[in-house]
Amino acid sequence: MIRIQCPFCGERDHSEFTYGGDGSIKYPALNAPIKDWLAAVFHRKNIRGLQLESWHHINGCRMWLLVERDTVTHKIESVRAAHIDFQKILKV
Amino acid sequence: MTRFSAWNVIKNGLSNQKGWDRQWQDCEPKDQYDVVIVGGGIHGLATAYYLAKNHGIKNIAVVEKGWLGGGNAGRNTTIVRSNYFQPGNRQFYEHSLKLWENLSHELNYNVMFSQRGHVSLLHSPSAIDTAARRYNTMRLTGSDAEIWGLKKLKQKIPHLNYNVNARFPIMGAAVQKRAGTARHDAVVWGFARAADQRGVNIIQNCEVIGIKRDKGKIIGLETSRGFINCKKVGFSAAGNTTLLWNMAGLGELPIESHKLQAFVTEPLKPLLDHVVVFGVGGAHFYISQSDKGGLVFGGDLDSYKSYAQRGNLPIVQDVAECATSILPCLGRVRLLRHWSGTCDMSMDGSHFICKTPLKNLYLNAGWNYGGFKAGPSAGWYFADLIANDRPDGVIANHDLKRFERGINIDERGAGPDPKLHG
Ligand SMILES: Cc1cc2nc3c(=O)[nH]c(=O)nc-3n(C[C@H](O)[C@H](O)[C@H](O)COP(=O)(O)OP(=O)(O)OC[C@H]3O[C@@H](n4cnc5c(N)ncnc54)[C@H](O)[C@@H]3O)c2cc1C
Ligand SMILES: [Zn+2]
Repeated sequence: MIRIQCPFCGERDHSEFTYGGDGSIKYPALNAPIKDWLAAVFHRKNIRGLQLESWHHINGCRMWLLVERDTVTHKIESVRAAHIDFQKILKV
Repeated sequence: MTRFSAWNVIKNGLSNQKGWDRQWQDCEPKDQYDVVIVGGGIHGLATAYYLAKNHGIKNIAVVEKGWLGGGNAGRNTTIVRSNYFQPGNRQFYEHSLKLWENLSHELNYNVMFSQRGHVSLLHSPSAIDTAARRYNTMRLTGSDAEIWGLKKLKQKIPHLNYNVNARFPIMGAAVQKRAGTARHDAVVWGFARAADQRGVNIIQNCEVIGIKRDKGKIIGLETSRGFINCKKVGFSAAGNTTLLWNMAGLGELPIESHKLQAFVTEPLKPLLDHVVVFGVGGAHFYISQSDKGGLVFGGDLDSYKSYAQRGNLPIVQDVAECATSILPCLGRVRLLRHWSGTCDMSMDGSHFICKTPLKNLYLNAGWNYGGFKAGPSAGWYFADLIANDRPDGVIANHDLKRFERGINIDERGAGPDPKLHG
């Protein structure tokens, strides 16, 4: 079991969360060239090692989080709220 | 090489089994090959075999970083079927099933392919309609498919949970009778032995650690056992494809590596003579009984991206719940082992057998967790692609550019999220 330190709820089992996916993707502007959208939707770095990813605390506070986790050891380096305004309020 | 035959089995039985040779040679890597396949799973070995057999190519090597079949080939739940729906997929998997049907003879190796039938349980009238549409389409492609009503299902598999008060009562099943299971190690060893017999060099403990390019071409592979020059290269590395892709300096792929677990119980007397699949309302579960008697089963991915070949506990609970909800008689059976493999999950759940941005590099990847059944056919078409430098019609849309063309080959209709495919 991976334990995730939710900034809102404290440390919880990963089974309370759903895994979102690659948290480093920046979605392009709506009128951006199609190849930018192709890359954002379909192409992945698929990092072996430390990656930024999103998790949804679906059976808890229902907030989206950004987690830095190693994809080989599963060790978590950091957790913060995904939304920038919550990051400011929580200072994480 | 001594052929396997009734005569040779008897003769060696009487002479202390002294008359058998090595199954394949332990080769030192040569300086140069016409084709090097990276990855010694079922796909890589089948590719080498068909390159030699169908296309007469002589100077071939398969390089494997560990031991043959140490990857997903040796970790899967061995289900073989061809009940696919999407154009391209259904022809491809039906071709594979036909190859499976003759594989033991073809390879002179008993791959223990058992066509015990694949039974997907159905739990609502609309599920029966959807299955009927899919299965009618399969029949049009020349495959076999039938829908069983409850009466027939109860005769065939009497000990499923037919309780009408179950959360998802069983109403029937979609059945492919020619589907079944095979012995995973035997398939790998059979292809290795047959490829070796045709002159393929099989090189284990040989990891590709770098790729030397000259602009748009690969010159050779840096390996843990020295540099190998190659005219053509094929990647067939399942969950590790991205790492090789990065070594070749090719950017990103429409693939994520996720882990999937498999489970086996203590051996039991014969209990289940079909493959049974339970998939409804968030449950996903498939089970069969091995020839040793262990019940072999699996479920969903471990939910998060991972390169660790190590499973987590919530899925153990998940599959145990599924197991006891459709086969309550398993309540007291003990789990013997569980393990995990790194799967190359693609964006639409379908595979890639295609050319790449480099002239002499070919890709075979994106097998999700259904690539065991595909092994023979993947080897067949990948060999054809490498030998002729153009894709066969069946795999024409299974390239890396299909998303650019607006084509998704999405059996589940789950959208561009690798963790949702199967
Ligand atoms: C738990 C589980 C259950 C599954 N169940 C089923 C099922 O019931 N039916 C089905 O059809 N499919 C199933 N699959 C999927 C199937 O096992 C795979 O899709 C298929 O085995 C992949 O092809 P392969 O055998 O060639 O891969 P692998 O056996 O993984 O072969 C790839 C090889 O490449 C090698 N390699 C990687 N990087 C390098 C490098 N740099 N240098 C040298 N060698 C390298 C690896 O060591 C590995 O041996 C399952 C998978 C898992 C994990
Ligand atoms: Zn929370």
